Amino acid sequence: MNATPDSEAPVDAAFVRRWLAAATDAVERDAAHLTELDSPIGDADHGTNMRRGFLAARTAVEQEQPQTPGAVLVLVGRTLISTVGGASGPLYGTLMRRAGKELGEEQAVPADRLRDALRAGVDGVAQLGGAAPGDKTMLDALVPALEALSGALDGGEDLARALAAAAAAAREGAQATTPLRARKGRASYLGERSIGHQDPGATSSALLVAAFADTAREGA
Amino acid sequence: MKMLINVAENVVADALRGIAAAHPELVVDVEKRLIVRRGAPFEGKVGLVSGGGSGHEPLHGGFVGRGMLDAACPGEVFTSPVPDQMVRAAAAVDSGAGVLFIVKNYTGDVLNFQMAAELAEDEGVQVATVLVNDDVAVIDSTYTAGRRGTGATLFVEKIAGAAAEEGAPLDRVAALARQVNEASRTFGVALSACSTPAKGGPTFDLPEGELELGVGIHGEPGRERRAMMTSGEIADVSVEAVVSDLRPDRPVLVLVNGMGGTPLLELYGFNAEVQRALAERKVAVARTLVGNYVTSLDMAGASVTICQVDEELLRLYDAPVATPGLRWGI
Repeated sequence: MNATPDSEAPVDAAFVRRWLAAATDAVERDAAHLTELDSPIGDADHGTNMRRGFLAARTAVEQEQPQTPGAVLVLVGRTLISTVGGASGPLYGTLMRRAGKELGEEQAVPADRLRDALRAGVDGVAQLGGAAPGDKTMLDALVPALEALSGALDGGEDLARALAAAAAAAREGAQATTPLRARKGRASYLGERSIGHQDPGATSSALLVAAFADTAREGA
Repeated sequence: MKMLINVAENVVADALRGIAAAHPELVVDVEKRLIVRRGAPFEGKVGLVSGGGSGHEPLHGGFVGRGMLDAACPGEVFTSPVPDQMVRAAAAVDSGAGVLFIVKNYTGDVLNFQMAAELAEDEGVQVATVLVNDDVAVIDSTYTAGRRGTGATLFVEKIAGAAAEEGAPLDRVAALARQVNEASRTFGVALSACSTPAKGGPTFDLPEGELELGVGIHGEPGRERRAMMTSGEIADVSVEAVVSDLRPDRPVLVLVNGMGGTPLLELYGFNAEVQRALAERKVAVARTLVGNYVTSLDMAGASVTICQVDEELLRLYDAPVATPGLRWGI
């Protein structure tokens, strides 16, 4: 195992497994809150579905023991597609699968490769869901997070600080969905009445990005 | 709120075990979440597969059987099924003549069926997909995920099912399904919110003395809230919404559909008002179906669906059907 992370290539299978553990804990902890957010503008199941998916993903990774960061993400994605249902399953599944495929078969990769992989994943989400930033969806947290991550890395920050910036941007992005009118997904049917509610998908996306930041901080 | 359940996590599995016990003519896989017509695949017959979140019973599992669906994939309550289910269903019902996926236009259903269609085709199954989007309450389609699939799903599954039973090829069955969808419009109202087992209570707040116009079937609020109206007034609003959108010049099939929590006594009374409102608008009625078919758990309320038919569509609608939820001509 990698007791001391390689500072040149900090993202290995153990890193992604630690992220999955942190993400699963966060989803478990906030499941009721996600479902609560999903009640006024959705159908009150987002927390339940995400919890089921991440618990299954954690079990799958424990059983299959994938050995590269890419393989862990692909397995997480596949498991989410098979267990979450709703729109979140294919969307989060595609995010993880695309990111994992982008990482290829390397044992460990540097920070900028993780960023490229996450970008490929976010592009996959936008393509599948047909949404754009401002539509009150997951992308309102994911796109600002990616921009912050990219900006920090280009500015010479290390992975931990860059992911911390991404987590802050994702959280702000999720909060900024409150005044928006939904244009995609089930909330869109409410029209004007979707205004004034924070988007549950953007909120869970921010949780997943925050789990990346926690993982990098604890590993540093 | 009190519910007749053990634990919320198991409501879908428990219901599937109950369906299996009541209907030996169906093969129910509780673990893999599949309901398949016993004997499938049938030589030379196109396989019809549908699915969606649970909580809309008898849709879709109750429409599996002779003259309608070959398989249904139930998801969690109000959550679309996952692609694995549809891929497995397609493999179970494909005789080599291909499979038609009937998908209600909700983002989750669309994405999961889309992924399933790609995976099934990788396995050599020819798949066609028809999207049902009959809900006229969604006015601003450009800024939403589009019109939702609701009551017309029953007409699509019935008429396409009859054509498949007669041996029509996949492209013909798919074309008929699309024709039925395009000829159908639905408008729904809620008198109460519904309660999901996971939440244990109402999914939105609808005060006494108010109703929600233009609801879908997942417990989501509609577009507009008004002070409570009479059955006749609700019929006028609903019929005007569907007739002004479709502008039928031929006779229509009518579905007066209960959402799950409204007694049949009220539904029949509502149907009388719907027929009056249609007659006032010079719309001829070919057939009428009244009952709880596309439900939203315990929601009180109803929807009105009209489907304009020619002689061929009417003949296929009248063709024999034998399913838990719909049965005639046998």
